[in-house]
Amino acid sequence: MCKDCGCSIVEHNHDHRVENIHANPQLNDSKTIEVITKILDKNDHEAAHNREHFEKHGVLAINLMSSPGSGKTTLLEKLAEVANFKFGVIEGDLETNRDAKRLQEKGIEAYQIQTGSACHLDAFMVHKALHHMNLDDIDVCFIENVGNLVCPASYDVGAHLNIVLVSVPEGNDKIAKYPVMFRQADLILFTKTDLLPYFEDYDIEAEKKVARKLKPNVDILEVNTKDINSIKAVANWIEFKKKMRS
Amino acid sequence: MHEYSIVQSLLDVIEENAKKHNATKVKKIVVKIGVLSGVEPHLLETAFNTFKEKTICEDAEFEMIIQPIVAKCEECGHINRYEQNQIFFECKNCGGVELDVLDGEEMLLMSLELE
Ligand SMILES: Nc1nc2c(ncn2[C@@H]2O[C@H](COP(=O)(O)OP(=O)(O)OP(=O)(O)O)[C@@H](O)[C@H]2O)c(=O)[nH]1
Ligand SMILES: [Mg+2]
Ligand SMILES: [Zn+2]
Ligand SMILES: [Zn+2]
Ligand SMILES: [Zn+2]
Repeated sequence: MCKDCGCSIVEHNHDHRVENIHANPQLNDSKTIEVITKILDKNDHEAAHNREHFEKHGVLAINLMSSPGSGKTTLLEKLAEVANFKFGVIEGDLETNRDAKRLQEKGIEAYQIQTGSACHLDAFMVHKALHHMNLDDIDVCFIENVGNLVCPASYDVGAHLNIVLVSVPEGNDKIAKYPVMFRQADLILFTKTDLLPYFEDYDIEAEKKVARKLKPNVDILEVNTKDINSIKAVANWIEFKKKMRS
Repeated sequence: MHEYSIVQSLLDVIEENAKKHNATKVKKIVVKIGVLSGVEPHLLETAFNTFKEKTICEDAEFEMIIQPIVAKCEECGHINRYEQNQIFFECKNCGGVELDVLDGEEMLLMSLELE
């Protein structure tokens, strides 16, 4: 049973802690204990719970991550026009509700996480939000993470897939500078490729090479909101992944 | 700066363990930080020193073991150990790029000295 929400997900008890107590010879009243616990153990358990939750409703959960302004919300708006699946969005724009509003105006179910300012979402925030979503009505649930290439990389939020966006105007070397983030990507989207002619020193092929060196089996797509086929390709990728899991 | 949130989680885990062992004081904390865990060790230390005040860890020594990447080659089974500051990895034995990372991506609390 989920303690916080009463939902009927069975909590399997997995305590990975190995514990050994050594008496410290020098100090009778002090002892060293071996703990070996993940520092984010609680978050990871909550993330596993979230994943089970999504799965119980047949929902594929996708964590969208990027720098601020790389085009996460725009991609979601555009996907609504072409996707053959129904989706909702858990919105992590913590400072304002503008992104959630933009999506709602397009008829997308969007729930705004309200936790004040934070530099990343964690599994507990997403858990609260997912109980506000009509999971039976949707096939895919996007989690739009906080615009940040560092902090969100350390937190499993309970998604099945990670899509990481990087836009042309951000310039070269973003992938090599943020390896922890890009190593977690199942799909890297190079966005705003319509701007390539204005950023002459940006070498997209070299960036793709770096991405493949960092993560040999990563999928890569180019996105330009003026080219609807590029958005359709993202929708197809998601549908394919969904099929492979059902 | 998620190092502050990470320290909060760390302090929670420590407190839980201290309680379980009826300790009143934590003398030493050993953590293992993977080079690709997404945490900056010096930021983590600063965050720890900021937050430890008025907790059971107030006077604790904080030791960080920096863990480089260790990965097993899926082609030839060779266990590779890499330098600390590299981000691209291939098998040193066969040049394969399909690697299973065994260590260096996690943040762990290893041990506690309690009183
Ligand atoms: N030229 C061009 N502009 C784009 C494209 N995609 C997005 N933009 C613009 O980029 C700006 C930021 O896009 P958003 O979708 O709000 O970015 P975001 O990643 O959601 O931003 P945060 O939520 O603040 O992190 C907007 O002005 C978009 O119109 C594109 O393909 N081409
Ligand atoms: Mg946005
Ligand atoms: Zn729940
Ligand atoms: Zn941060
Ligand atoms: Zn090999």
